[in-house]
Amino acid sequence: MSTPLLEVRNLARHFPAGERSWSGAPRQVLKAVDGVSFDLERGESLGLVGESGCGKSTLARTIVGLYPATSGTVRFEGTELTSLSRSAWRPYRRRIQMIFQDPYASLDPRQTVAQILDEPLRLFGMGRRRERRLRALALLDAVGLNPRHVNRYPHEFSGGQRQRIGIARALAGEPDLIVCDEPVSALDVSIQAQVINLLAELRERFGLAYLFIAHDLAVVRHLCERIAVMYLGRVVEVAGREALFRSPAHPYTQALLSAIPHPDPEVERTRERIVLTGDVPSPLAPPTGCTFHPRCPHRGAVPGNRCATEPPVLLTDAEGRQRACHLEPGS
Amino acid sequence: MALLEVRDLRVRFETHHGTVRAVDGVDLTLEPGETLGLVGESGSGKSVTNLALLGLIPSPPGVVEGSVRFEGEELLGRSDEELRRIRGNRMAMIFQDPMTSLNPLLTVGRQLTEVLELHKGLSRRAARARCAAALGEVGIPSPEERLDQYPHELSGGMRQRVMIAMGLLCEPALLLADEPTTALDVTIQAQILELMQEVQRRHGTAIILVTHDLGVVAGMADRVAVMYAGRLVEKGPTGPLFAAPGHPYTRGLLDSVPRLEGAAGEALASIPGSPPDLAALPPGCAFAPRCSEALEACRAERPVLVDLPGARASACPVLAGGGKKTEAPA
Repeated sequence: MSTPLLEVRNLARHFPAGERSWSGAPRQVLKAVDGVSFDLERGESLGLVGESGCGKSTLARTIVGLYPATSGTVRFEGTELTSLSRSAWRPYRRRIQMIFQDPYASLDPRQTVAQILDEPLRLFGMGRRRERRLRALALLDAVGLNPRHVNRYPHEFSGGQRQRIGIARALAGEPDLIVCDEPVSALDVSIQAQVINLLAELRERFGLAYLFIAHDLAVVRHLCERIAVMYLGRVVEVAGREALFRSPAHPYTQALLSAIPHPDPEVERTRERIVLTGDVPSPLAPPTGCTFHPRCPHRGAVPGNRCATEPPVLLTDAEGRQRACHLEPGS
Repeated sequence: MALLEVRDLRVRFETHHGTVRAVDGVDLTLEPGETLGLVGESGSGKSVTNLALLGLIPSPPGVVEGSVRFEGEELLGRSDEELRRIRGNRMAMIFQDPMTSLNPLLTVGRQLTEVLELHKGLSRRAARARCAAALGEVGIPSPEERLDQYPHELSGGMRQRVMIAMGLLCEPALLLADEPTTALDVTIQAQILELMQEVQRRHGTAIILVTHDLGVVAGMADRVAVMYAGRLVEKGPTGPLFAAPGHPYTRGLLDSVPRLEGAAGEALASIPGSPPDLAALPPGCAFAPRCSEALEACRAERPVLVDLPGARASACPVLAGGGKKTEAPA
């Protein structure tokens, strides 16, 4: 098989936290991302889901090089990125782009749309001034905005339109991979649907690969063929879309799916629900063993207290599903 | 007698850009123990409606008109002092963001006991005991210790539980919950919603649940009212309304929600365009520019909310044709 577009291996990103000791060394380490591995094929869309604080945004930022990795590797078409110098990174910046959550904060309020879109084109050396202008107009058209609004400022657009500008900017360098960090969660439902449809259409049209980060499983289901579930800095399950929603294999995935309210009163009032007890533990003091075990409804089912002592490894089964859990499969 | 009767509620703000009609003629009734879901997107006026019920709209720039009758008494036009006796006592509220609505400088205990000292005249010691019990009731472990902690020492889910405990201290007849779980993760949201239902069963509290999340409404509300651009476009019992929406906006909203079942990867139905500028509303139906069913008449004249069989009402002459007309708001 050919090299995947993106290969992430044992990637970790730790932050110093809390007070420092007399020597200046941090007393505590926050393991935001702690040993994550996955592959992403060209043109594929992988969803990364989990609750706040599980490390999904940190993972995204470490992959695109906004944070240096603490350990582990990120390979893009076989080239190791984490050890590259700033200048060596440059060609990959064009090919790996990012869309951020907050369309209000991710655009410079003092730049017009024309300037916002021209900047990446100029930096990546994509054409002369006139060509770049035409390209900016074409980008606006591609994301469903009126090219005549190219001289407007971000505040003149609504939230959904601003997110379209952010998408146009990400498309400017003709990337192979777009890392989308909660791109629709700040939008209203009716607008959210428009942006989801746009992202699906653009992917088809330009052959893009997405690493799509979201807390909303239903959104991910619409855009991604494969889904990875994160909990406290680790991936606990990876499966194809159909398999994950039909038969979630990790107890955390099961609880997460069952917690989503269903927009149909009849279904919502009769379905069985797994309500987890307790909060997500602090990543500064993660539980021993499986980090999910204090909230896990099945923790008693594994003999020998392994859940509390031994961290489960992400294992791949015959169908290619991955799961990190001590429970017998299918139980 | 209805617990709450809102008639022709109007809230407008005078701004540099002109008059913004945030709430424009809203009628609502609520019976004791009932849950009403107030649904709409950002800027639809749902939160402003809630604040107006509580008398919390600052004036100026806000102007509130209409009638709000709560337990038989008119609330609009009351003095702040009179309203303070009702707020937190007979009528309580839970806000979206427990971080900004709890005072960061006071301990949890101080903020809770204040409510009972003020409304029930309890001594601080007696109030403290009651508050510890209240925290226990909303599932907070070791409540005695929590009373001496500050809000920043608690997790988001814990803080929202404190807000709920605070709202329910005086056993209010009506609880106004504005996006109470929006800032929380789904697994914590599930816990909080279950808690609210349990508390409601125990105390017979009526709830107005303001939310944009149709899934939350489906599980919680007995009746639903849908707002768009400051007006009610549809209301009715939850089941029938979800099964057969009586307004194109409601239908569009329901179709836009990504689902966990059915065909995946297909394009979602979406509502074209975006909500209107409240300072420059179109003359007819505010939804007409985005509506696939709109007729000439919809763009010319503002449709009124028309009563329909089955305790429903809709402001769409196309989907709800043939109903009995209610009085047009003056």
